[in-house]
Amino acid sequence: MIEMQDVYKQYKNGVHAINGINVTIKSGEFVYVVGPSGAGKSTFIKMMYREEKPTSGAILINGINLTTLKERKVPYLRRSLGVVFQDFKLLPRLTVYENVAYALEVIEESPKNIKRRVLEVLDLVKLKHRARSLPGQLSGGEQQRISIARSIVNSPKVLIADEPTGNLDPDTTWDIMEIFKEINNRGTTIVMATHNREIVNTIRQRVIAIEGGKIVRDEMRGDYGYEA
Amino acid sequence: MKLRTIARHLKEGLKNVGRNGWMTFASVSAVTVTLLLLGVFLVVMLNINNFGRNLEEDVEIKVYVDLTATDEQLRELGETIRDIPGVSQLRYSSKDEELKNLINSLGDQGKAWSMFEQENPLYNAYFVKTSDPRKTSKVAERLKTLDFVSEVKYGEAEIKRLFKVVDISRNVGMALVLGLSFTAMFLISNTIKITIFARRREIEIMKLVGATNWFIRWPFVIEGLLLGVFGAVTPIALIYWGYSYAYDTVSPMIDSSFIRLLPTEPFIYKIAGVLILIGALIGMWGSTMSIRKFLKV
Repeated sequence: MIEMQDVYKQYKNGVHAINGINVTIKSGEFVYVVGPSGAGKSTFIKMMYREEKPTSGAILINGINLTTLKERKVPYLRRSLGVVFQDFKLLPRLTVYENVAYALEVIEESPKNIKRRVLEVLDLVKLKHRARSLPGQLSGGEQQRISIARSIVNSPKVLIADEPTGNLDPDTTWDIMEIFKEINNRGTTIVMATHNREIVNTIRQRVIAIEGGKIVRDEMRGDYGYEA
Repeated sequence: MKLRTIARHLKEGLKNVGRNGWMTFASVSAVTVTLLLLGVFLVVMLNINNFGRNLEEDVEIKVYVDLTATDEQLRELGETIRDIPGVSQLRYSSKDEELKNLINSLGDQGKAWSMFEQENPLYNAYFVKTSDPRKTSKVAERLKTLDFVSEVKYGEAEIKRLFKVVDISRNVGMALVLGLSFTAMFLISNTIKITIFARRREIEIMKLVGATNWFIRWPFVIEGLLLGVFGAVTPIALIYWGYSYAYDTVSPMIDSSFIRLLPTEPFIYKIAGVLILIGALIGMWGSTMSIRKFLKV
């Protein structure tokens, strides 16, 4: 479960990115975060995995209070989260298999478990046959599937995605959404920032709209609401 | 930390050294140059120190005994001197021996002194050495107060000047060694910063998937250590070769009890140890410093 209470964020350069956000996301929910560029979506997302710290207010994720969380405990928070980015953030020198395994290696998982889990998630994103390829040899959609595989390989309760389909063509976008739906069906909470009107209007889920650092709309089974 | 993790860090560290070919070369060269300067400096400084120590050890207090003292009193005086704290060695020389030494030391001209053999004008003397040369003047003052002591002599002015020279050379040496070490550290930290910069993406991803800072840091620390140690190899070889050569050529030419070069072994091994240690430390320190910024994700 994710809870934000009276969250404010002001950057050092004086920009007020978030101006009083209160929101509760229950576990197992699928939430779209929408809004124009510069509205504070990215800050909202980044605060959830503690890349940014709120200036005031409280953020609770799975019972961990991110505002009081000590710096050296942050890695343990992140192990309970999966994060997917627009630019995939794969390591070009590692194979597909190694990229996914990386997330488990750095948390000192045993080699046996690593192998089992990596093959499982590669199977889920239907890329088991590309395990030995390098990211550069894959299409954008395939790369994003790898990055999703990496984000869920440690079985996180929450998956956070910042414009995961931003760099992908429409067909590939639908493939990615299929995978997200599948992951959500298995019980993982998904918070996804997006600009893709078609997705939001087709796969109806809860929509949180942010403008000027505030939540201006929060609807169950909402629509995108902005002109394309 | 699990054994598997330690093995991983070592492997990663080694791999990075190989992977960043040119940067590795640059860092190692930086370390090589600085350690070479530092090493040559250490060799010179330790030798100066050694001269100083030899000179210090050569300092002797000469105690002339009053001629009125009987043999018994002479012996007692010797025992009293031996009991003074700080006195480490005591040697007695009778006035006859003193004269003989004097005559011998003057060679041909000494013969002129032979006429004094009948009427020896010299004194019986005790030669005192102190455990710490810096106690010399204190012990000398004490000796002056004893019965039957007619005169106490030691090179007061010379000793003070000597200590001053030794102290200055030590301090200047230390300052230079420290300065050079810092230069090396900054060179290494800068070169490693470039290798880390090239891999900031990797670090970012590690942080995002929940790696602890130390997990990320270790391979870099090991890389730094290796760079430092590799950088120490050439200076050690050059200094070993250079010093052995210098020792073999210079030593036979100087004939002095206190100006002596330190023997090649084990001296050179100590220098090698120090250089490796300094190389390793500045390497590790350099990489720890340069990774700090990139860990803030």
